[in-house]
Amino acid sequence: MSVPKEAPSLASPKAIIPANAGILTERPIKRSMDPASADRRMRGDDGAAGGGFDEELVTRWLSEIPDPEIPAISITDLGIVRGVRVDGKVCHITITPTYSGCPAMQVIADAITEALRVKGVQQVVLHTQLTPAWTTDWMTDSGKQKLRAYGIAPPAERAQVIDISCLRAGAAAVVTSVSAASAVSRRGMHAVPKPAIACPHCGSTHTEVTSQFGSTPCKALYKCLDCREPFDYFKCH
Amino acid sequence: MDPKVNYLLRLGDNALILSQQLCRLCGKGPALEEDMALSNVALDLLGQTRLWYEYAAELEGAGRDEDRLAYHRDAHDFKNCLLLEQPNGNYADTMMRQFYFDTWHYFLIAGLTHSSDARIAAIAEKSLKEVTYHLRRSGDLVVRMGDGTAISHAKTQAAADALWMYSGEVFTYDAVDHAMVDAGIAPRADELCTQWLAHVAEIFAEATLAMPPKDAWMQSGGKQGRHTEHLGIILAEMQFLQRAYPNAQW
Repeated sequence: MSVPKEAPSLASPKAIIPANAGILTERPIKRSMDPASADRRMRGDDGAAGGGFDEELVTRWLSEIPDPEIPAISITDLGIVRGVRVDGKVCHITITPTYSGCPAMQVIADAITEALRVKGVQQVVLHTQLTPAWTTDWMTDSGKQKLRAYGIAPPAERAQVIDISCLRAGAAAVVTSVSAASAVSRRGMHAVPKPAIACPHCGSTHTEVTSQFGSTPCKALYKCLDCREPFDYFKCH
Repeated sequence: MDPKVNYLLRLGDNALILSQQLCRLCGKGPALEEDMALSNVALDLLGQTRLWYEYAAELEGAGRDEDRLAYHRDAHDFKNCLLLEQPNGNYADTMMRQFYFDTWHYFLIAGLTHSSDARIAAIAEKSLKEVTYHLRRSGDLVVRMGDGTAISHAKTQAAADALWMYSGEVFTYDAVDHAMVDAGIAPRADELCTQWLAHVAEIFAEATLAMPPKDAWMQSGGKQGRHTEHLGIILAEMQFLQRAYPNAQW
């Protein structure tokens, strides 16, 4: 019998968390419309059942909204849109932040509201969801291809716990250990195989890290040792 | 004040004050990569601050939002640990303060992912990857500076010794902390302290640094609002706009 990778064990303290814990805050994002006022507006309408759009259509519209910091990919490519629900004329969109302090979240929220308004969706309710926490595994394959074409190395496959190897070690390493102590322990770090980060310009995997922190929280700075070009690497998160 | 609100404010205040300290170094880092890293860490901490404050404000129900909590409280209302308000000093001081905090923060956040409070657990889950990054980086820099030149070693050892007396406050639990442990919300102090000491010892060994004595006398008081003189200066700068123009908005 196959068990889903993320299935919580009953013995795990996490199992006591209710399933709906993910919806943490409604309206944390300023300028989003609150459900109550949306309902009031609904009552003022002619009572038509729908607004001429469904989840599939709304999702397609969302896939045309570029990420404000990396406009080559859309917010759906990035994997931050976690849910689309159409309830009559009200459209509920659930998004999750990439990083806690990501300054683009407000811009993204405004862009969603504005893009849907242009398409005729007048009532948009935005929800923020923190758990499960965003991971680069949710980035679509086409998103990764677009990143590469844009000059940013896409995140390496599969991230569970990310071993951010020391600067002296020269590159990021991915480990599978989930033990709290071993995730930050330096012992045996150099034995961990490192994923090959391919240069987005020439394709060489002969690359090294310059800095684990780049121009945005989600990127690290690398350089290619063959074509000598510096490049951004979208970190595995 | 409700113990959970108090506890959430402590979490938020720790993150906010350290974030502000790191932001003061923006544009002044010793190298471009370090400058960017400091700002990135500060940004992560600021985002976490907001998540803790939002929850505290909701539970409190007094009409305060995260901005009000950050900008409209005076020093005695802040509950951050004394370690975080210590001056940036030289880069060894900055990074040792960060390393002591990151080590505790990492094990705390890892523990909070199992909190009986679902929202605290969710915020911890969101923050865990970020604080893991922070700890890897600060531990690495402590090794590089400790096991570096004679001068960098001396400065790093001096920073380790000088900040040591501020490192124990996070494990000094009061009634608020004990209420959180009893409710299954927060991890116990002795567990965190054991993990903290083990990791610091491992890094110090590689950094060729001497561990200060484990039974040294520890400062405390920050959680209860009794601060060193440094916090007032930090707040004066951070809160200037709201002090000069109360309730001003963008």
